[in-house]
Amino acid sequence: MSTSTRPGATRAARDRATPTRDHRPRRARWSREAVVGLALVAPALAFYALFVLVPLASTVQYSFYDWNGVTTATWAGLDNYVRIFTDAQLLGPIVNALTLILYFSIIPVTVGLIAAALIRKLGGSRLASVSRTVLFLPQVIPLVAAGIMWTWLLAADGAINQFLTAIGLGGITRAWLGDFDTALPAVGVIGAWVSLGLCMLLLLAGMTKIDPALYEAARIDGAGAIREFFTVTLPAIRQELGVAVLITVIGALRSFDIIYISTQGGPGRSTMVPGLEIYYLAFFERQVGQASALAVVLTLLVLAVVLPLNKLTRGKDES
Amino acid sequence: MSNTTRMRAFAAVATAAIAGLALTACAPPGADTSSTQAPTGAVTLSCGTDPVTLSAYVETGFPLFNDLTAEFTKQFPNVTFNTREDQFAVITQNAPRVLVDSPPDIMRLPTIVDLVTDKLLYNLDAYATGYGWDAWPSSQLEQLRVNDQGQRGDGSLYAMGVNYSVTGVFYNKKLAAQIGMTSAPKTLDEFDSYLKKAKDAGITPIAQFNGGATGGLAFPLQALMASYGKPSTINDWIFLKDGATIDTPENVKAAEHLDSWIKAGYFADDANSMDYSQMISRFTSGQSLFIFDGDWESGNFDTQMPGDVGFFLAPPLEAGGQNGAMSAPLTYGVSAKAAHPDCAAFFFNWVATNETARTIAVEKGGSHPMGPADAFMPAVKDGTVTAETLAAGAQLSQNNGSMDFIANATGSIYAKSLTPNLQELFAGKQTPAGLLTQVQTDYLSSKKG
Repeated sequence: MSTSTRPGATRAARDRATPTRDHRPRRARWSREAVVGLALVAPALAFYALFVLVPLASTVQYSFYDWNGVTTATWAGLDNYVRIFTDAQLLGPIVNALTLILYFSIIPVTVGLIAAALIRKLGGSRLASVSRTVLFLPQVIPLVAAGIMWTWLLAADGAINQFLTAIGLGGITRAWLGDFDTALPAVGVIGAWVSLGLCMLLLLAGMTKIDPALYEAARIDGAGAIREFFTVTLPAIRQELGVAVLITVIGALRSFDIIYISTQGGPGRSTMVPGLEIYYLAFFERQVGQASALAVVLTLLVLAVVLPLNKLTRGKDES
Repeated sequence: MSNTTRMRAFAAVATAAIAGLALTACAPPGADTSSTQAPTGAVTLSCGTDPVTLSAYVETGFPLFNDLTAEFTKQFPNVTFNTREDQFAVITQNAPRVLVDSPPDIMRLPTIVDLVTDKLLYNLDAYATGYGWDAWPSSQLEQLRVNDQGQRGDGSLYAMGVNYSVTGVFYNKKLAAQIGMTSAPKTLDEFDSYLKKAKDAGITPIAQFNGGATGGLAFPLQALMASYGKPSTINDWIFLKDGATIDTPENVKAAEHLDSWIKAGYFADDANSMDYSQMISRFTSGQSLFIFDGDWESGNFDTQMPGDVGFFLAPPLEAGGQNGAMSAPLTYGVSAKAAHPDCAAFFFNWVATNETARTIAVEKGGSHPMGPADAFMPAVKDGTVTAETLAAGAQLSQNNGSMDFIANATGSIYAKSLTPNLQELFAGKQTPAGLLTQVQTDYLSSKKG
């Protein structure tokens, strides 16, 4: 591959993108304005390139090698990628991450939607502001602290089991994070608790900008609260809904902190997710190539899920 | 964003990405790390008289190392230490990079085989000859030797210990008295009977940690293996000897014995979500009769529950029979690129032979110092658990029962194989024989890779 940082190449790319400028004289292309603009962007671009683009490119490169992180790497071709899709140990975490979408995204967005609608109904009352604060609080707590707190709550002698015993459900108490069947849902509950506040706040922000006249019109037409919600509120906050889903789905797919703190992927491999697997592969097993390949697959997976979602929520407004 | 500006932005980013790729794609990552790995010619067996600053990278939370260096500087004022501390997990992650990029003279090490095959550690053979370490009981240093095939147990010396720890069973003497246990069990059957009595009396017999990525049931499993089979066979497996297997009939019996404890409910029922610190807090608060752990906790127990803790090695099948225990040196090494290997080696030798240093190692570390069999030992107060663990260590070296930890066989065997399988065994999702077969399969694949 050749280095293509020559201005000519950049210009060519830009020319293709902006055919309207083609008839201009060549010299005018690097107008004073463009140079100043570029100079202003340069520092940020340099940082972006150094800390985002170069690591990204390096990760892609490493993924084709068998490398322990120190000594000279050997070319591995597509072996690392083949292993991801043939080795259950590496495929399992991806399945777990997809399962987590339910808890990290679908549940908090749905509950957040209901909560936001109720809070909007309550208007400026004290109850509304208290519930808003309470629901948003988890968002302010660092994920690590949230993980530790929930580990205590979910422990065998933790508050949740004490509560269950108190209301006569002692039979179902267990070490929620240590049980093969409940560990992943338990981790999911932590994630749902954390993202609920963000979803609620985003959706509430969307709802407050809806013209009250619309509600009035709906009410005159005889719409009840539920009908009002589906015909006025929901369509109006489509974009906010899209953003909430996007952020939380990405959060689910690249989850790391909560799981690292609460279960470290256990028991067995029941809560192993790609983010954690990449960390173990790179830093404990010293398979930097394999870890990079999994990171690339995870990135592509996120893009594959997120790009269509993005189109779905935005497409109509722009065309 | 309009269509054209978006396309233009995309084109710019794509170009930059391609440029980034081009910059990095020229050569495979990594570098040839081979450098002077062993001293050429004669080595100096001292720190000299010129001022020397030794750089050290050690585990945080254990004051032993800093106490030793302070005493060393007192005795040799020209030598000072620049010590950086991290948690052991962080050291494990960083070890290869640190050894290359900011080579310490003395560094606390995780498993050493990979580091040796990558030529990152200094060969200490010349010092072993010079200082006479070769004359120490060979079991002390065999775990720190790596041969040309990348197997441990023999070959050149690549690390040194400050002291070596012993693992076994700690018990709460007050709880033991409640079930009529007045002395340590002599046989496995007797041990079983105490476990049953505790269970029947409503006392948690063993609150063993087995949660997260640290399967603590590996402690009782390996202890049982040494009662059923030979410690040397287990060491061969850990040292990656050709043809070694963990899937032996003796080990199956050991795993089945462990399984019988699980089925009988002798472990705390939330073991799969319990971490190490929870185990310690339950034991020190009197919520568990036994725990399987190591003598690095002796000092802690002597402070927190003085006189109330006893210790024994996992008992043999028949009274006076063979048993064993995990016993590993607290490993320190010298970077292949270290600036002062001579002085680092002199420090190691001083720790093992100086009377004050040995006293510090026992009193602060709670473990037996390295060194000659007849070397000075400080007096330890009777009735302390430290005295019991030291006695157990002596007994262990008499009957050649010391083994390295099965978790140290390969870099990933613990987190990726032993832990998940032990958690499955605890949850009834894995059989004892299936566990060993699976661990052996994972062992062979990680040995290859």
